[in-house]
Amino acid sequence: MTNTPLTTQGAGRTGDKVFSGAALAAGCLILAVLFGVALFLVVQALPALVAPPDKIQGGHGFFAYIGPIVVGTLIAAVIALVIATPIAIGVALFISHFAPRRLASGLGYVVDLLAAIPSVVYGAWGAAFLAKEIAPAYEWMASNLGWLPIFQGPASATGKTILTAGIVLSVMVLPIITSISREIFLQTPKLHEEAALALGATRWEMIRMAVFPFARPGVISAVMLGLGRALGETMAVALVLSSGALTASLIQSGNQTIAAEIALNFPEASGLKVNTLIAAGLVLFVITLGVNMVARWIITKHKEFSGAN
Amino acid sequence: MKATRYGRKAALAVIAAGALALTACGSDNATGTNANTQSAAAMKVTGTLTGIGASSTGAAMDAWKAGFAAANQGATVQYSPDGSGAGRKAIIDGSAQFAGSDAYLKDDELASSKAKCGPEGAINVPVYISPIAVAFNLPDVKELKLDAPTVAKIFRGEVAKWNDPAIAALNPDAKLPDLKVTPVNRSDDSGTTSNFTDYLASAAPEVWTDKAAGVWPASLKGENAKGTSGVVKTVTDTPGAVTYADDSAVSGKLGTAQIKVGSEFVKISADAAAKAVEAGKPVDGRAANDVAIKLDRKTTVSGAYPVVLVSYHVVCTTYDKKETADLVKAFESYVVSDEGQKVAADAAKSAPLSKSLQTKAKAAIDSIKAKA
Repeated sequence: MTNTPLTTQGAGRTGDKVFSGAALAAGCLILAVLFGVALFLVVQALPALVAPPDKIQGGHGFFAYIGPIVVGTLIAAVIALVIATPIAIGVALFISHFAPRRLASGLGYVVDLLAAIPSVVYGAWGAAFLAKEIAPAYEWMASNLGWLPIFQGPASATGKTILTAGIVLSVMVLPIITSISREIFLQTPKLHEEAALALGATRWEMIRMAVFPFARPGVISAVMLGLGRALGETMAVALVLSSGALTASLIQSGNQTIAAEIALNFPEASGLKVNTLIAAGLVLFVITLGVNMVARWIITKHKEFSGAN
Repeated sequence: MKATRYGRKAALAVIAAGALALTACGSDNATGTNANTQSAAAMKVTGTLTGIGASSTGAAMDAWKAGFAAANQGATVQYSPDGSGAGRKAIIDGSAQFAGSDAYLKDDELASSKAKCGPEGAINVPVYISPIAVAFNLPDVKELKLDAPTVAKIFRGEVAKWNDPAIAALNPDAKLPDLKVTPVNRSDDSGTTSNFTDYLASAAPEVWTDKAAGVWPASLKGENAKGTSGVVKTVTDTPGAVTYADDSAVSGKLGTAQIKVGSEFVKISADAAAKAVEAGKPVDGRAANDVAIKLDRKTTVSGAYPVVLVSYHVVCTTYDKKETADLVKAFESYVVSDEGQKVAADAAKSAPLSKSLQTKAKAAIDSIKAKA
């Protein structure tokens, strides 16, 4: 009779041990995988990094090859974020604070659905539809805003430019930023909001004073996740962008992103070319790591301003 | 369970019936290549053959796989379209039994193939010829006459408008529009680009100063798109755009250029492409059974269309096992046979190999042997 509680206790301890062991294993596994990926990239990239400059595509060494592509990757990602962030925050705020409840849940669902569309579909849409439709707008920009270096003509006749790629990317990162921001906005303590309203704040002032300070770190990490997706997006850019040398103008063909460069050239690559492309992958890996570290740093720096404490 | 079992039986029956039907077709059609079919059938090959290589021959490869499997019960061919470079690497390190490649083995690759492919190394067998069209989107203009220097200038972005004197001089009768020329090239590394730039570099060296390569020269401004379908789609959507693409992929809406060869202009066709390959020379320093062809892009042979892609199957001269050697011989014999070339032409609209090339290819395949 007295054995029963003992056994259950024993079983409880076993369960505890198994679970903590499994959790530890999962934690270690992710580190091991990350380390394995990094190791693979470094080992495979090494021949390209130490090869004589004239053997690398372009003939001026690896860094001359990768430099413009890195800049192109950043340009595309920045365009995507500049377009997507305000829209995403607006949509998230509307869902969390403005929309009637029934509309809000439906809208949230629709935004999440955007994330379920495969990137190749976005790419096909961008290449087959958006580029063609947007070309006249580029023509207009070139003739009216051409004095700005980023809108310098002659505009691309096909519309397959880095700006089009950026727009497609912005649609792709929109659901990530929106759904995370929405969750964060919803977590704002009700007491803070009510206090702000009680002090006579309008709804917008309440959002500015109570919701934004509380949500800032969360929104920043949402944007950084979006940036990660924009940096690494491959298929959509490969299909949409008419790539080329680094170009300041966003409405001419040109520029290239790392992920698209790898996807386009890997299938037919051999020898040192493979190493070069893997080295490009390593560079993207490092950039993404850097972006995430900066994001962490910003979040910890802003923690004290958050309404959470 | 029961339903699936019946389903499976039914499927098997269908496959068997299909295979029977196809074999029947095969023996009907094989009048010209009686010897080939007979030797292949007599061998009774079974097993699995693994190939890696070019994606350009994908459609033809699927047709060959199906046709070969139907004619040889128990024999299957697996082909992984990882790219020409990957294929050549795989045959050298022995991980594939044959490779598909848009270029023949280089001399150093041939030397390193001797480790796995016997003392004579690997050989190249031409299996697929595809003419590359210069396709353009011009309202009201379906045919243009162009020579190599003009094509080179167009793709280098040195011709601004379609009514440029350089084009007008070659086309006195055409109504050329005052439209911007937008050259579109492949954004991915491809055998089509490599053959097209090889043509330009050989036939118009004074204009095309870059080397022939699978990647479009980065220094050139111009639009690009991914894959053959990508460039064709982009050009179809953009008036004034021009590209190069496998003839089979060019849609009816686009015009194709006649290319100046010698003193005449040649319209693109399978026959003209085969004629140009015929005019090529065997590559220097290769064994007698290696059918690597050095294309003469500057050929003046009447009716030859020199902008053409030749795809090879790279096979070993010696295989470790007799079964493998027999399987490779049977499959490659099928590929270069009249029937193999016909199914490829139907599936991929490639140009069939000429009779003399077929004979050379067959002789090369027959020289494959197993390690004694």
